[in-house]
Amino acid sequence: MYTVSDLRKGIKIELDGVPYEVVEFEFYKPGKGQAMYKCRLKNLLMGNTTDRTFRAVDKIGKPDLEERDLVYSYPEGDHYVFMDSRTFEQVTIGAEAIGNQKYFLVENIEVSVLFYNGRAIQVVLPAFVEKVIVETEPGARGDTATNVTKAAKLDNGYEIQVPLFINQGDTVRIDTRTGKYFDRVSKG
Amino acid sequence: MSGDAEHLRTLRPALELRSRLLRALRVFFHGRDFLEVETPVRLRAPAPEVHLDAEPAGDAWLRTSPELHMKRLLAAGYERIFQVGPCFRRGESGGRHRPEYTLLEWYRADADYHDILADTKALILFLAREVLGSTTLRRAGREIVLEPVWEYLTVSEAFLDFAGWDPVEHFDPDRFDLDLVDKVEPQLPREAPVILADYPVQAAALARRKPGRPSVAERWELYLDGIEIANAYSELTEAAEQAARFEEWNRARAAAGKPVYPADREFLAALESGLPPCAGVALGVDRLVMLFAGADSLDEVLPFGGDARTN
Repeated sequence: MYTVSDLRKGIKIELDGVPYEVVEFEFYKPGKGQAMYKCRLKNLLMGNTTDRTFRAVDKIGKPDLEERDLVYSYPEGDHYVFMDSRTFEQVTIGAEAIGNQKYFLVENIEVSVLFYNGRAIQVVLPAFVEKVIVETEPGARGDTATNVTKAAKLDNGYEIQVPLFINQGDTVRIDTRTGKYFDRVSKG
Repeated sequence: MSGDAEHLRTLRPALELRSRLLRALRVFFHGRDFLEVETPVRLRAPAPEVHLDAEPAGDAWLRTSPELHMKRLLAAGYERIFQVGPCFRRGESGGRHRPEYTLLEWYRADADYHDILADTKALILFLAREVLGSTTLRRAGREIVLEPVWEYLTVSEAFLDFAGWDPVEHFDPDRFDLDLVDKVEPQLPREAPVILADYPVQAAALARRKPGRPSVAERWELYLDGIEIANAYSELTEAAEQAARFEEWNRARAAAGKPVYPADREFLAALESGLPPCAGVALGVDRLVMLFAGADSLDEVLPFGGDARTN
């Protein structure tokens, strides 16, 4: 259990069986009243934020959280198989914990996985990954403008907007935080 | 030049504002025939308020307010007194709180909380004119117009409007504090000063009961831009009720695992010998400077805030 004196920005707590991260924190006290701690909490399962005020007497749950760095190996049906590069243990993670990040998984990239009660709830990819464009309209040679875009597809069907000069077979870099094209790495 | 000196130099406008404000408040009180007094900072017997923790100082404590000594002066016949000085509250640290801070207190004999509200209004307007040359505060894109209207809400009205229940009818201490902070204060009007008045007697602190309405205490708080600035009472003058409240608070402190403070016998003796009807206000000087400077946090107006916060 935590007490309110443990609260600070970045700490992870548990309320009613849900893990939260404290993203904002302010000490607050009416002149004659009890000390209170106004927090903005991020729900680590749903991603939404909520406000909560704690009193000095409140006991706050400590979530069973573990963060592990894993290397991505291959998909297996609805799941994705990773490997712990220290122990060589194979770890299978369901698609729901990965969400849309699944489109940016590339073999052998290292991801950071947050486990809650032994279950993966969050998978953080490197900021940039490299992917091959498997389908797009032929490039307009010499058109280097990056503000005009066209649709393109990755090998897993994910559709992305790319500049006109990108061709089928080109390798591009994608920002996994936004899911958007970043730059071209090499021509196909 | 070190980072510290650099930081201190950027605070010059705030320090100048504070200096003008301190000079102006002395001009105000001397002009109204108040006597400036200084009372001990180190106390054997701090007021045992449930939620105010005194900082230990050897075999004594640092004062959380000068209230008990000021009232002994009133009982001795001093009719108008004021004091500006440091007070200490253990564990209070945040953007709007410091464990060491400057408090202004003033008291008037033969007065009640309405009379002292008139003083407060005159003081705030005087300070704004002298220090800012304007009676409009500007803060975070908002304007707080200090005259002519001060909103006056009773605690019952404010809680019924913003939290849906009346703490004077059915007092619930936990819910009172939580709803005050989460629901009432954030919804108070901000375009004018707000007086929140007539607290449930369970939250009376050192205020007297309202004549003819014993469930209500004659206490008000001043809010500027939604921030608590001053707390006032028609002072409790009955020795027996005061002694009973001290005992009750000490029991609550003990139950919460907090230190129990010895009774201030001289103060209780002063009440027995006769404290005239009187009223007093405690006003947070650092917060007022913060508001006058249009600042969001005390860090922006206090030069050694970092030192104070870690102490």
